[in-house]
Amino acid sequence: MTALLDAIGYDVWALHALIWLPLLGMLAVLLAPQERAKKIAFGWTAALFLLSLGLWWAFDPEGPLFQLTSRVEWIALWGVSYALGLDGISLFMVLLTTLTMPLAILGSFRYIRKHEKAFYALMLLLQTGIVGVFTSMDLFLFYVFFELTLVPMYFIVGVWGGERRIYAAIKFFLYTALGSLLMLVGILYLYAQARATGAPPSFHFLDLLGTPLTLTEQLWLFAAFALAFAIKVPVFPFHTWLPDAHVEAPTPGSVVLAAILLKLGTYGFLRFVLPLFPEAAIHPTVVMVMLTLGVIGIIYAAWVAAVQPDAKKLVAYTSVAHMGFVVIGIFALTVNGLQGGLMVMISHGISTGALFLILGMLYERRHTRAIEDFGGLARVTPLLATALIITALASIGLPGTSGFVGEFLALLGTFERYPVLAGLATTGVIFAAYYMLPMVQRILFNRLENPENRSMPDLSGREIAVLAPLVALMILLGVHPTPVLERMDPAVQAIVEYVDDANREGPLAAAARAEGERFAVEVGVGAREARDVPGAGLQRPATPESMDLVRSMHWPGTAGFPGQEE
Amino acid sequence: MTGLENATVLLLQASPGGYDPILPGLILLLPLLGFLANGALGLIGGVRAAEELRSGREPARHEGRPLTHTLPTWIGPATIGLAFVLTTANFMAMLGAELTDPIVRSYWMWMATGTLGVEAAIQLDQLSMIMMMVITGVGFLIHVFSVGYMKDDPGYPRYFAYLNLFVFFMLILIMGANFPMMFVGWEGVGLCSYLLIGFWFQDREKADAGKKAFIVNRIGDFGFLLAIFLLFVSFGTLDYATIFDQAPEVLTYGGGVATAVTLFLLLGAIGKSAQVPLYVWLPDAMAGPTPVSALIHAATMVTAGVYLVARAGVLFALAPVGAAAVATIGAVTALFAATIALQQYDIKKVLAYSTVSQLGFMFLGVGVGAYAAGVFHLMTHAFFKALLFLGAGAVIHSMHHALHATHKDWDAQDMRNMGGLRRYMPVTWVTMAIATVAIAGIWPFAGFFSKDEIIWYAGTAAGVGGGYGALFTVLWGMALAAAVLTAIYMTRLLVMTFHGSNRTGDAEASHLHEAPLTMIVPLCILAVLSVVGGWLNVPGSVRNSIFGGFGLLPMSDWLDRWLQPVTQSAVDIRVAELGGYASSAPVGGGHVLWGAIATGVALVVVILTARAVSRQKIVPATQDTVPLSGIRKHLYHKWYVDELYDRVIVRPVVRASRFSWRWIDQILIDGTVNAVGGVARGFGWFGSLFQTGQVTTYAFILTLSALAVLGALIF
Repeated sequence: MTALLDAIGYDVWALHALIWLPLLGMLAVLLAPQERAKKIAFGWTAALFLLSLGLWWAFDPEGPLFQLTSRVEWIALWGVSYALGLDGISLFMVLLTTLTMPLAILGSFRYIRKHEKAFYALMLLLQTGIVGVFTSMDLFLFYVFFELTLVPMYFIVGVWGGERRIYAAIKFFLYTALGSLLMLVGILYLYAQARATGAPPSFHFLDLLGTPLTLTEQLWLFAAFALAFAIKVPVFPFHTWLPDAHVEAPTPGSVVLAAILLKLGTYGFLRFVLPLFPEAAIHPTVVMVMLTLGVIGIIYAAWVAAVQPDAKKLVAYTSVAHMGFVVIGIFALTVNGLQGGLMVMISHGISTGALFLILGMLYERRHTRAIEDFGGLARVTPLLATALIITALASIGLPGTSGFVGEFLALLGTFERYPVLAGLATTGVIFAAYYMLPMVQRILFNRLENPENRSMPDLSGREIAVLAPLVALMILLGVHPTPVLERMDPAVQAIVEYVDDANREGPLAAAARAEGERFAVEVGVGAREARDVPGAGLQRPATPESMDLVRSMHWPGTAGFPGQEE
Repeated sequence: MTGLENATVLLLQASPGGYDPILPGLILLLPLLGFLANGALGLIGGVRAAEELRSGREPARHEGRPLTHTLPTWIGPATIGLAFVLTTANFMAMLGAELTDPIVRSYWMWMATGTLGVEAAIQLDQLSMIMMMVITGVGFLIHVFSVGYMKDDPGYPRYFAYLNLFVFFMLILIMGANFPMMFVGWEGVGLCSYLLIGFWFQDREKADAGKKAFIVNRIGDFGFLLAIFLLFVSFGTLDYATIFDQAPEVLTYGGGVATAVTLFLLLGAIGKSAQVPLYVWLPDAMAGPTPVSALIHAATMVTAGVYLVARAGVLFALAPVGAAAVATIGAVTALFAATIALQQYDIKKVLAYSTVSQLGFMFLGVGVGAYAAGVFHLMTHAFFKALLFLGAGAVIHSMHHALHATHKDWDAQDMRNMGGLRRYMPVTWVTMAIATVAIAGIWPFAGFFSKDEIIWYAGTAAGVGGGYGALFTVLWGMALAAAVLTAIYMTRLLVMTFHGSNRTGDAEASHLHEAPLTMIVPLCILAVLSVVGGWLNVPGSVRNSIFGGFGLLPMSDWLDRWLQPVTQSAVDIRVAELGGYASSAPVGGGHVLWGAIATGVALVVVILTARAVSRQKIVPATQDTVPLSGIRKHLYHKWYVDELYDRVIVRPVVRASRFSWRWIDQILIDGTVNAVGGVARGFGWFGSLFQTGQVTTYAFILTLSALAVLGALIF
């Protein structure tokens, strides 16, 4: 397999293809006749999934931290580059995305009845944005993709949503846009600080890594980034946009939102917040706040979920609880915690995605989301019932399913450092049963009273094709998660080592140095050396001569850039 | 990975002992394959039934249909039967070998991170072997019994799928070589229990009972998880071999960590084994089919807590507080549940509370360090309690048919509606009578030996020194009282069901019948085991008295010696720290004397109760209108514990949930968000003033803003 991939130069073009080919698909959908749109969209995304599978082999767990890297100048004036890269973490986020997309599209064949072309075009646009987020190495590029995901999602909720879709869409948009604007300010400030050390302009993550910042600056920047990501995750108390968005969104929207978009937040924490602002991330107050919010999310969201009359809203709140496990896993900053957090992200993507798909199938049949309208369905729809039970069990973390591995590792990792908070979080396993089992019972079990439910058809072949891969993955990842864990391990170890170590050493620092050297060779100056001298970063100007050189290389004819002006 | 190294080392060490496991993985695989096959058949049956339902046709019966009846009938019991044969072969091989260290077989790395390595590994030693024998042996008998019992059920293949899956998870629980593996089985059997309690899910009460079992069990699992976390932090591994080897060095005797670990493990054990205060799910669990109650809620799953304490004996020996807590919980449960059993009319409810009580005895045993005695009672109890449940199943089966024949809507499980059944079901009667005598603790039946041993150890546990003398004496007294109550409620059950005149009704009585052969045979085999099962471990101290048949009964102390390689290190620690066991009971008297007192009292109580119940005027449930009063009322209502929990725990949590949603989420948080939105809208209106539609204005504003941002960045 590896040889084949080498022969076709897979690692050179794979990431670019995965980002931009969806746009080509979008074009195809827009040009195709209305009734062919969904089939083209499904075929295209399914092909992209197969294409993305190559990443499994192309990514070498023993190899460098970031692989399949590329870097091209984009806006040379500001040092913005089109830089991509993949580590063990983004590998699985990309795979989760490429897997979820075709299934979400296949699952929406009956649900989406109007403006089909526009809908599937937006789904493909969304895929470009998401894959871009997970593979961007450049903060500016990351921000662009991060914002790009907002637009299609806004329309998906606002156009194809339920009754209160406008309210939900605007709330979703404003909430997340507000957070990300602050992040933009943070990115620009960080950039300016890096420029101030005399380094050539760059938004590249590895160039910005290790930018000298005072603790106060770190805390402010942390807050700016954390707000954006906390809203996205969502962390209590920034979660109230989620139930509304989920309830109003059409099935595929909910699926993508829960399975992938929420992970943008936790991914942001892992990829950028922890390494860029390590002192803030291990600041006792910050850690306590984040852990406490995580634990509150786990318990509080479980309670609120338990009393929801609307099945979709219930599942929406369970997302908040699940993401609480991710948050505590991340901020406990242990290898097990991070691994667990990542496994929860993957597992939640699979199981909650499947839950929304199943609820969508029920909605298509009965046009209701109210739990009380169902009951006794296990007798009429045994296949759907089997899928729902397995999915629910995976969602509440039964051992042998993917949910257990994640929760277990996240809690274990948190317990290693914060036993009391981990103990509180562990009550989440009780409350998970408290919200999930009554819903399962009230939908599948009890007497089959409503005559409308009596004639309900069971899963169609298409629906089985949507759910079967997800159910299989829940069990496969629960029984044998090691191949996933060991691929994420280097990246996780690198983050923990870098953030935990006062000298900021380890593979991440080495990767940054290597990138710096490569970049310096490309640019043709040793300007970055200034930053590698301890303490040098605190004095702002570098020597004027070298700056002139840089200026002449990079933006001839311009007056320079604000960051380097005194 | 250290786990892998350990596994290899252990494998190499084991070879000289001469025991080479015979296909141990297949023992696990067989029930799993059974589940997959029956599960597929169950889905086929389900889809077919759904089509019939949709089209409004009467559901067709399974009997005689190859896919939904014949195949499951063979696959279900056969997989477990083969597993039993394999287990027996392994047991024989182990019998002939000197096995001092457990044999570990690792199949794959389950969860590996930089610091943690948990393998999918199984462990074979004397403890797991004896448990495997019970699970596959009794499990096989109950599978066979189910063929007759569930014959007419629309969910026949689905039933066998769940039952096979249960055996699979139970074997994982027992055979796992590390704590997470045990936890897989632990929650897995909980899942099967949930599915089987709510097997007739159309009935809301039954579905509720399954849900209750799962949630209450998860409270215990919460404790189990914390214990696992604490063990990992202390040992850096979760493998039994390493933890139990290193525990005496790593943990200080009576230290905080040891105590915390054992108390958390105990919480897990309390949940799974239905001990006070988490026992409330087990009586409700009787909603499931009766063979399920026999297998899961009597013989195997509920004993997992006892197994856990015995398995982690070293840890409990290092934490005297934890061990004393186990013993106390056990004694309290034994007595408390026995009182409730006195005043129940539902035949299965009596047996359910009896099970809770007997599990309490086992906890008392392992709590006072008598690990072998606890496991011994676990085994004999598996025989006679499975027999009692299956017998009750045969009775209910017969009653159900009789009531169904005349469309009488009486309760088929209420003992007030029974009476005189021995004339109609002689085999069931004889076998259940044997089980009753056995559980009542009358020599030479199985229950006498195992229960007597626990009570004896509890009485002598204070022994020489140690700070728990008074406590153990009290627990001993409670156990004795519970033993007396056991004899009372079991005799009451037997007499109300089988003796006296029949109260079912004349028309109905003609439809009462003995159970079919597939049900009778398991009853008879279990009856034999209920007699001879106790002879496996006749204590050396009474062997030469009448209780050992003056030396005639074979295998003196066999189980003690068999389990020694597993329990020795724990017993050593206990003896070293707390001292050995005394040679006489707290109030004097040796083992033989107290054995005589126990069996004598039990015999007298059985006779007195039989006479008293026979004289009682019992009327069918519908005519039983005299309200109970005083203590009887409290017993009938189970001391109102369910009502108490409902008021103190369930309702407040639900209320807090509603409060969180309505007030915190909707009004506080979302209210704030919407208010901010309102303010923003105001700004928006202000902003709209600049929306002139002229491109130049926009360009001007854009430039101005860009300058402002840049300015802010610079200064």
